[in-house]
Amino acid sequence: MTSLDILFGAVGLITAASAVLAVTTQQLVHAALWLVVALGTLAGCYLILGAELVALVQLLVYVGAVVVLVLFALMLTRAPMGRSPEHSSSAVQRIAAAVIAAGTTSLLAAVLLPALGGEVLSARTGDTKAIATQLFGAWVWPFELLSVLLLMALIAALAVSRMPTTSPTSPVPAETEST
Amino acid sequence: MNPVLEVVLRSVSVLAVFLVLPLIVGQTEHKVMAHMQGRLGPMYAGGFHGWAQLVADAAKFIQKEDITPRAADRWVFKLAPAVALVPYLVALAVIPISPTLVGADVDAGVLFVLAASAVGILGLLMGGWASANKYALLGGMRAAAQLLSYELPLVLSVASVALAAGTLSLSGIVDAWHPLWLLWQLPGAMVFFVAAVAELQRGPFDMPIADSEIVMGPFTEYTGLRFAFFLLSEYAGIVVMSLLFTVLFLGGWHGAFSDSLGPVWTLAKSAVISVLIIWMRVSWPRLREDQLQRLAWLVLVPVALVQLALTAVWVVLSSR
Repeated sequence: MTSLDILFGAVGLITAASAVLAVTTQQLVHAALWLVVALGTLAGCYLILGAELVALVQLLVYVGAVVVLVLFALMLTRAPMGRSPEHSSSAVQRIAAAVIAAGTTSLLAAVLLPALGGEVLSARTGDTKAIATQLFGAWVWPFELLSVLLLMALIAALAVSRMPTTSPTSPVPAETEST
Repeated sequence: MNPVLEVVLRSVSVLAVFLVLPLIVGQTEHKVMAHMQGRLGPMYAGGFHGWAQLVADAAKFIQKEDITPRAADRWVFKLAPAVALVPYLVALAVIPISPTLVGADVDAGVLFVLAASAVGILGLLMGGWASANKYALLGGMRAAAQLLSYELPLVLSVASVALAAGTLSLSGIVDAWHPLWLLWQLPGAMVFFVAAVAELQRGPFDMPIADSEIVMGPFTEYTGLRFAFFLLSEYAGIVVMSLLFTVLFLGGWHGAFSDSLGPVWTLAKSAVISVLIIWMRVSWPRLREDQLQRLAWLVLVPVALVQLALTAVWVVLSSR
């Protein structure tokens, strides 16, 4: 057991703990902030494993952009101080979430643990150039497919936001004004 | 040298630079603003040219009471200034002053600086929300909207330089730099400069703290040392952004006698950039919120994309 192993264990523990706190806390904004800690320490895990580029992208995209967007949307709609039990989910939802999480974890473990065969693989090959060669060589099709998926999401979001709102509660003001 | 000792020594020197350079920028801002706008206040303390103004400011900030509003979210409120300040310290550690003078030479240094400084937004958001003050909340939201939209042109213009140099390492970029880049990368450099000033939320892009509209934005409820931390993070941001601009676009330590005067060149170039940033704040009125978003999406992003295409075409043609 090296000092890197100990460090990885410690950072991983913080990641797991803050992830649990993010879904169990009663305070909405605190949940988003715990998510920041979880995603940031996950970047730390990548860094300890030697995947420097992945760690930096994780920090730039998730902490710098995604969570900031989440916080921004929260503040734009409602970001109450203190506990807000009215936003907490029902017991059925909680149990369902726990079952799905446990299922995903065991599925991943069942696939990954036999695949690696208990062998410790060094990931310290990953300098930026090597990752770029892999990404744009062997994995270029999945990579491009993902970008098409993101583009579709973008266009769909734009289309949804431009859809005419025809709610019955709001009368058309232009009609009443003209008389 | 003993590796542990070396790490300690490097960390301490980065910390020392981090504590000194922002204060120099702060003092410069006092003096430059005083001269440009005929302000008498900053020229008074201590006699000659008001040299003791910064000391007086520090004494004032330390004496002030540290107030946390009753309705505030205590922990988030207290943590926010540190979250705003520390990312710039981390970013400063990887920016090279000369080929040998660097805190830590990271392989993907450009990405490191961008990732670290992107975390700083969270400090403003946390402070703005946790103050339990509607002006602070408005300021926090303005800050988030501004930083998110200016992040894109910033990253695109940096990507153009990285593409031109063929590396993500900061010292690698300076090594690949050529004086012709001043012309070739000029649109990208302009985009980077404007976006960097907007990321720092300094005039003319200071809507988040617009004092004539929303008191002091996210900093409204802060007093004493915590407020000083936010101010310090602004100056630290100027230092990081002007060093980064120097390294990316102005060729860092390239210059006459660069073997012996390399660090001096880097620091001198970034000092000029810092003064430019201060000059912009003094000269121009604040933009409106919608003008700000328009500038980012309709001017900066297209220019950055054109620059990226230009760089890519040139790199492909010249590598044949």
